[in-house]
Amino acid sequence: MGAIRLENVKKTFGNIDVIPGVNLEINDGEFVVFVGPSGCGKSTLLRLIAGLEDVTDGKIMINGVDMANESPAKRGLSMVFQSYALYPHMTVYNNIAFGLKMAGETKAVIDEKVRNAAKILNLTDYLERRPGALSGGQRQRVAIGRAIVRNPAAFLFDEPLSNLDAALRVNMRLEITGLHQELKTTMIYVTHDQVEAMTMADKIVVLQAGRVEQVGKPMDLYAKPANKFVAGFIGSPKMNFIEGDYARARDCACVGVRPEHLLLSTEQGDIAATVKIAEHLGAETYLHVNADNIGPMTVRATGEVPLSGNDRIWLTPDPERIHRFDKNDKAISN
Amino acid sequence: MSTRASTLAGRVMSAPSIIALFLWMIVPLGMTIYFSFLRYNLLTPGMEEWIGFVNYKFFLTDHAFFASLANTLVLVGSVLVITVIGGILLGLMLDQPIFGRGILRILVISPFFIMPTVNALVWKNLLMNPVSGFFAWISTSLGFQPIDWFTNAPLTAIIIMVAWQWLPFATLILLTALQSLDRDQKEAAQMDGAGPISIFFYITLPHLSRAITVVILIETIFLLSVFAEIFVTTGGGPGLSTTNIAFLVYTQALLQYDVGGASAGGIVAVILANIVAIFLVRLIGKNLDA
Ligand SMILES: Nc1ncnc2c1ncn2[C@@H]1O[C@H](COP(=O)(O)OP(=O)(O)OP(=O)(O)O)[C@@H](O)[C@H]1O
Ligand SMILES: [Mg+2]
Repeated sequence: MGAIRLENVKKTFGNIDVIPGVNLEINDGEFVVFVGPSGCGKSTLLRLIAGLEDVTDGKIMINGVDMANESPAKRGLSMVFQSYALYPHMTVYNNIAFGLKMAGETKAVIDEKVRNAAKILNLTDYLERRPGALSGGQRQRVAIGRAIVRNPAAFLFDEPLSNLDAALRVNMRLEITGLHQELKTTMIYVTHDQVEAMTMADKIVVLQAGRVEQVGKPMDLYAKPANKFVAGFIGSPKMNFIEGDYARARDCACVGVRPEHLLLSTEQGDIAATVKIAEHLGAETYLHVNADNIGPMTVRATGEVPLSGNDRIWLTPDPERIHRFDKNDKAISN
Repeated sequence: MSTRASTLAGRVMSAPSIIALFLWMIVPLGMTIYFSFLRYNLLTPGMEEWIGFVNYKFFLTDHAFFASLANTLVLVGSVLVITVIGGILLGLMLDQPIFGRGILRILVISPFFIMPTVNALVWKNLLMNPVSGFFAWISTSLGFQPIDWFTNAPLTAIIIMVAWQWLPFATLILLTALQSLDRDQKEAAQMDGAGPISIFFYITLPHLSRAITVVILIETIFLLSVFAEIFVTTGGGPGLSTTNIAFLVYTQALLQYDVGGASAGGIVAVILANIVAIFLVRLIGKNLDA
């Protein structure tokens, strides 16, 4: 069981309001991802939940009990750190066993749990090694092993994959998703990689400057961003924003169109543009164009498109999939 | 240094300094060894002659030798224990964000800058003096009999002085080591349910092991040859109670003008220091690997 509810959680460092007040509901077994730009307070919020940082105000309800003033150990949560934070002088076995030992488990129980975790994470061959003699991915797995043996109410991950190379990151992403499906434990995962956010999350929490901008399923955030910030943050390449006459003609301050929702033509369309740079990725092509009277835009076309710099093109936004924003950057429903 | 060529180049490049260092060491050592086999007393000039191991026999069978050997070991051992434990405690304290930390750090480090001779004089005349000393004043104000340190507890007095002198060194090294401890590790241990005491023994102390090793090795080298503190305060006495090997060699050479005997004593001291060093490296030196 691991339902977590944040009620009006505030955090100030000195006189800086890092988290001005967050309300959030996390259901048992959910995979929740916190995303947001660097410095927006993702780590701080996670550390508040973990108990590594004291809240300035507010309640942290874990399974219905306010834990805001309890020590980290009492909250029954496990954390995986970005730096792994393995104990360098202990073997992998002892690293994983440490929490159980502190909890006063018997040797036999510890041994069984450690070996079980090692089996799940493919670490059985490395149990006698020290962390210094492991690769980055293996260290990451030890850190996860240390988290799972304690059978926590929820796992907290702070950018666990950011020290890994791209290929390994994809692997570990799948492993963590698999682990979640197997254990069905609540997981809170901090990242600023939106591919991780979109692929892993049941629920994404978008943060900006310590405020929750929007909470929702990945595809809901993609299809119905609540404001311009979320619209620009979710989705890659970023959404195009068109202001001026084009927006005024549609009764709003700003129109947003995702690069993949622009119909491309070399003969005619709504918006005339000149190609600046064409990035050919094989399966798709990114065109960075300069639209007349509008400015730079990005277009994503499927497959290979025989275009290059200085070609004239015409773009037509898919009318079903344009987003309109008012002058306060709030989305206007269509 | 991975390829064979670069290894060779490295050896050639470092050879001159290694040779210079070797000569620097071997010439005085060779001369001392040579003197130690001579009858060589400054009171009887011109009578030098080769006498083999007689000097060694005299030095090693002298009861003063065993007394001073015991004193040396007690002095080194006690000071090591006090400075390592005290250094860890002070280091832990100075690592906390306490008020006035900068000034406190300077205060803790400052004894290290005081010359041993001055240190000894201050302790002897201002602190431990049985009549006018600060400790005597504390004792009498509390209604106790003042302790005459250098008569009743001379070796303890020396140990306290030397430990005071070396505590800053240990604190400094251990504090730097403490500061390099990753905050995440402590937090991970906290999440794992470890309290402050468990964190100290399972995380902090193992992290400090290398620094503690360095402190012990370096201090041992210097503590085996403590001299100024003894010379200034007790002069090795009363009796032999504060004579260590270094001081014994000095009494041989300069009080009895016996250069041969003092050289033999010096060589014995070198051999003892090496035995202690090998013992220490065996015991704790593995902490320095990896
Ligand atoms: N101990 C502290 N004292 C003062 N300010 C702090 C402290 N810790 C964090 N902050 C500030 O709080 C803000 C949020 O920091 P936080 O580490 O939560 O960001 P983040 O969203 O995790 O960023 P990143 O993606 O770069 O890890 C930052 O502006 C940071 O400077
Ligand atoms: Mg962070």
